[in-house]
Amino acid sequence: MTEQTIPNKIDVHDFSFFYGDFQALKRLNLPIKEKQITALIGPSGCGKSTFLRAINRMNDTIPGIRAEGQILLDGEDIYAPDVDVVELRERIGMVFQKPNPFPKSIFENVAFGPRVLKMTNRRDELHQMVRESLEGAALWDEVKHRLKDSAMNLNPGQQQRLCIARTIAVQPEVILMDEPASALDPVATLHVEDLMRTLAENYTIVIVTHNMQQAARASDWTGFFWLGELVEFNKTSALFSSPERELTESYITGRRG
Amino acid sequence: MSATKLETSTPDVSPPVRWGEKIIEGLIWAAGLSTILIVALIFIFLLKEGLPTFLDIPLRQLFGKRWYPIEGMFGLASLLAGTLLVTAGAVIITVPLGIVTAIYLGEFAPPWQREILKPLIEVLAGIPSIVLGFLGWVALAPIIQNAGAPTGLTAFTGALILAYMALPTIISISEDALYAVPKEYRDGALAIGATQWQTIWRVVLPAAKSGIVIAVMLGIGRAIGETMVALMVTGNAANIPAFGADIMFQPVRTMTATIAAEMGEVAQGSLHYSVLFGIGILLFLITFAINSLARKLVGGESVRRKRTGF
Ligand SMILES: Nc1ncnc2c1ncn2[C@@H]1O[C@H](COP(=O)(O)OP(=O)(O)OP(=O)(O)O)[C@@H](O)[C@H]1O
Ligand SMILES: [Mg+2]
Repeated sequence: MTEQTIPNKIDVHDFSFFYGDFQALKRLNLPIKEKQITALIGPSGCGKSTFLRAINRMNDTIPGIRAEGQILLDGEDIYAPDVDVVELRERIGMVFQKPNPFPKSIFENVAFGPRVLKMTNRRDELHQMVRESLEGAALWDEVKHRLKDSAMNLNPGQQQRLCIARTIAVQPEVILMDEPASALDPVATLHVEDLMRTLAENYTIVIVTHNMQQAARASDWTGFFWLGELVEFNKTSALFSSPERELTESYITGRRG
Repeated sequence: MSATKLETSTPDVSPPVRWGEKIIEGLIWAAGLSTILIVALIFIFLLKEGLPTFLDIPLRQLFGKRWYPIEGMFGLASLLAGTLLVTAGAVIITVPLGIVTAIYLGEFAPPWQREILKPLIEVLAGIPSIVLGFLGWVALAPIIQNAGAPTGLTAFTGALILAYMALPTIISISEDALYAVPKEYRDGALAIGATQWQTIWRVVLPAAKSGIVIAVMLGIGRAIGETMVALMVTGNAANIPAFGADIMFQPVRTMTATIAAEMGEVAQGSLHYSVLFGIGILLFLITFAINSLARKLVGGESVRRKRTGF
């Protein structure tokens, strides 16, 4: 498939975002390609997390925020007044920087989504869903004998994969990941990166990362943010090998940022 | 095993003695010890004064129905029933109300409402119980009597006022417990597509369970131990209310009210005197039992570990 024929899962048109008077995102335009991994890079405070949280409207809980422009999911504006935020978040899952399993058992963590979304009321089906999600997150073999253990007893890498399992249990279309590996050691990080590759066969993935190597290694597309603006967006290979803007080049080579 | 332990605990070079630290440590230790000592002394005193109750009066009579101290009848059943009715009534009213209010304050109320309500609730907590008892007497009792009860001074009147008294404690401690639940838990649930209510019910409340149980315990403690209100508005009738739909609308007498009402009239060292202390011992044991139960409920040690483990 050539890059032109890959459909856009998400289209961002002139999207701006404000915290009160402060404009955190300035007229962004970019496509998020279906079943591809899009990485967002840029220095601290440039608005990566803000953008990511704008995509599933997690920012809505913050008072005084305002969004302008459009983010289209399958062509429909997610900021349109008739959009049900809860439904939107079923379709767009999120994995956070700090692993945040609930203080419940491993099983209950994964079963949480299927339960609240009433995906099944049959015990065996629920079990099947939990198992498939844990397998999908490459965690099943490590925890299959202790599903009733508290998730708090897992190590951070396992906790993060549990959070990924929890997210895919509700079968979202898009998964947003905000620096999912920054709290993990190098081995666990590689684990999560491998996992992303596998997940991209079924899901559209957007990942924020501070780690240039990670973006270069693990993504298909990269967007470079600077002070709330999208400076450059391109195929990852192109952006890293021949950046069009000087700012991008100095950032990815470590001279800036 | 023990040898290696010894070795590691006695290093070759002894660190310099920090006298300031030592003194502070000593003070803290003394403060802690004195608390334990005072509690122990109170209990010993209670036991010494109240023990004859359980030794001199046959148990069957002690837990009998008739409380006529002048005739030497010390049946505590009616007092136990009075305390149970008033306390249980108060708890049934105050616990759901308190927790729901805490949830509203902590999760739904806009900041300006919170800024008004929180100090207001703290003011409520500070109203002396005699004032509430008075209010109950002059304002609440007539309403209850007009509603058809034989008298306005009933178990229900007491329960209502006690519920009101326990409310601020339950609200503010529950709210603190909800506030202490990491935002990450909420985000995690919301990001999956849980509604706000599902998030609260399935994630936030369970995570705040231990704090909320403590809030309820303190509330119950206040309701059981409260004397003034019980004395003023429950009717002061030492009889077991007849079982029926109107069980809450009959006058009763609580254990605390009995102690307060009769302590002034008894001869020190008399059997009646020691029975009043015996009631104190029972109250002590009941509170202790409830606290232990609560600790069981929240899972004690493991909860604390879980909370700090995040
Ligand atoms: N809740 C908020 N209220 C006000 N301003 C905020 C809020 N959250 C973020 N900002 C501001 O918006 C800008 C972008 O923040 P954001 O968290 O999106 O950056 P980021 O690129 O994710 O940074 P980092 O790499 O450190 O995570 C920053 O200047 C930040 O101070
Ligand atoms: Mg960020």
